[in-house]
Amino acid sequence: MKAKKGTVRVITGNAAAAYAAMLCRPDVATSYPITPMSEVAEQLSTFRAEGVMNAEMVEVEGENSAMNVVAAASIAGGRTFTATSSWGLVYMYDALLQAAGFRAPVVMAIANRETPGILAVSSGQQDIIATRDSGWIQIIVENCQEILDQIIMAFRLAEDYDIQLPVMVNYDGFYLSYLSEAVAIPAIEDVDKFLDPLKMQPQRPKLQPGVPLGCGTHGIEIGFMELRYKHCQALQRALKKVDAIDAEFKEFFGRSYGGQIEEYRTEDAEIIILTSGGAAGTTRAVVDAKRAEGVKVGLVKLRLFRPFPEERLVQALKGKKAIGVIDRSVAYGWNGGPIYTELRMLSPKIGFVPILSYIDGLANMDITIPHIERVINEVNAAAKGKSYQEVTWIPLEE
Amino acid sequence: MVIKHKNIFETENAWSNADKLLLCLDTGSWRTERPVLDQAKCNYCGLCALYCPPQCMLDKGDHFESNLAYCKGCGICAHECPRGALTMVPEREFDNEG
Repeated sequence: MKAKKGTVRVITGNAAAAYAAMLCRPDVATSYPITPMSEVAEQLSTFRAEGVMNAEMVEVEGENSAMNVVAAASIAGGRTFTATSSWGLVYMYDALLQAAGFRAPVVMAIANRETPGILAVSSGQQDIIATRDSGWIQIIVENCQEILDQIIMAFRLAEDYDIQLPVMVNYDGFYLSYLSEAVAIPAIEDVDKFLDPLKMQPQRPKLQPGVPLGCGTHGIEIGFMELRYKHCQALQRALKKVDAIDAEFKEFFGRSYGGQIEEYRTEDAEIIILTSGGAAGTTRAVVDAKRAEGVKVGLVKLRLFRPFPEERLVQALKGKKAIGVIDRSVAYGWNGGPIYTELRMLSPKIGFVPILSYIDGLANMDITIPHIERVINEVNAAAKGKSYQEVTWIPLEE
Repeated sequence: MVIKHKNIFETENAWSNADKLLLCLDTGSWRTERPVLDQAKCNYCGLCALYCPPQCMLDKGDHFESNLAYCKGCGICAHECPRGALTMVPEREFDNEG
């Protein structure tokens, strides 16, 4: 069975997120606007006003309320969607942990932006890092089409009976949120078909009038450990589920993103550049250019950040001679970026080859073609045994 | 890793249900006093059931009775009863655990 060809429209990343949510027929879609995702809320309100979408929209007074509304609606059995960014994301932090602990399958779009501390209304992935231990599934996407497709896949993942976890779909704020691209928008009937398997599975418990059920019951001692263990296990199960849903999506809609990670020209590669989000697009072009010069370089795009795709990364990186990691955020307390520090934990399985950390693109600094060329040149030299600098903040050295 | 623990929660998250279909914490074991009803004073108004924090008052048709498996002995039902039909009695005066 194949989906019909979608309608192609030129829309922004924010609009793509709103379209995806609308296509999944949420029961509650509530968010509090914040730059650079406000357009998601505006577009959803437009859908609602035009009668295209039936979702309940609650006028919340802040992001904390927004998350509490969608988490509550979710444990009442509803399909829920929200969106936020940076300040908004950390303002809902307690509700974020609650939603994950309640195993409420909320889907949230996040236009990534720098976090509080230094005022910056600009792009960066620090908000992903600030919430990495929230127990949510965190996925990072690269372009507008992927935003739309991944949000549809996120509902399949979140509401899967074996998973029952909230999912964040992250895209670079400013770069992708405001970028207009041609996006194939599937027919809503086809999205219904793709989500149909969710109806065939056992139903999760839900709050309903007249039935005296409690959610968020006091988990004492061993009961608490049991629930934490179940939560961690569900995150581990999500790894393979992400791949399976991606394969199903490819089969039905004809588009695939590789699941947990996307590999590009890695098979015969000697060195690998590991990065995520929009930077992966630029890196792909530079990899092609460097390949033409005879450098055996490949790209691994990290799509799933939580749970961390250990097995897939080991498979992709084992036997490579050197790895360069480009992070658009920092790991406070570590010398190096967050993806870099986490990748280093896999060194015993990958092999103790040089891993070089690059911090770039903070607060709207562009991760440019010359920057990535420099990374590839240095990683290539390290692979050949030359001495190297472990951590580089690229723009600060120019 | 071998998990020897037998699940307390049947569900993935912390769901509970006083009818024992889902998790029931043994909150009755926390109790030091229990509510005892003087049925002659009770007019079945239901305020005790409304105020009961763990919602463990059982509707008996003409009065409410605390489910001692969950009653923590907080005494709110006795405090709220407008007719003083409920009295908190120390556990040591009973042989059974309820």
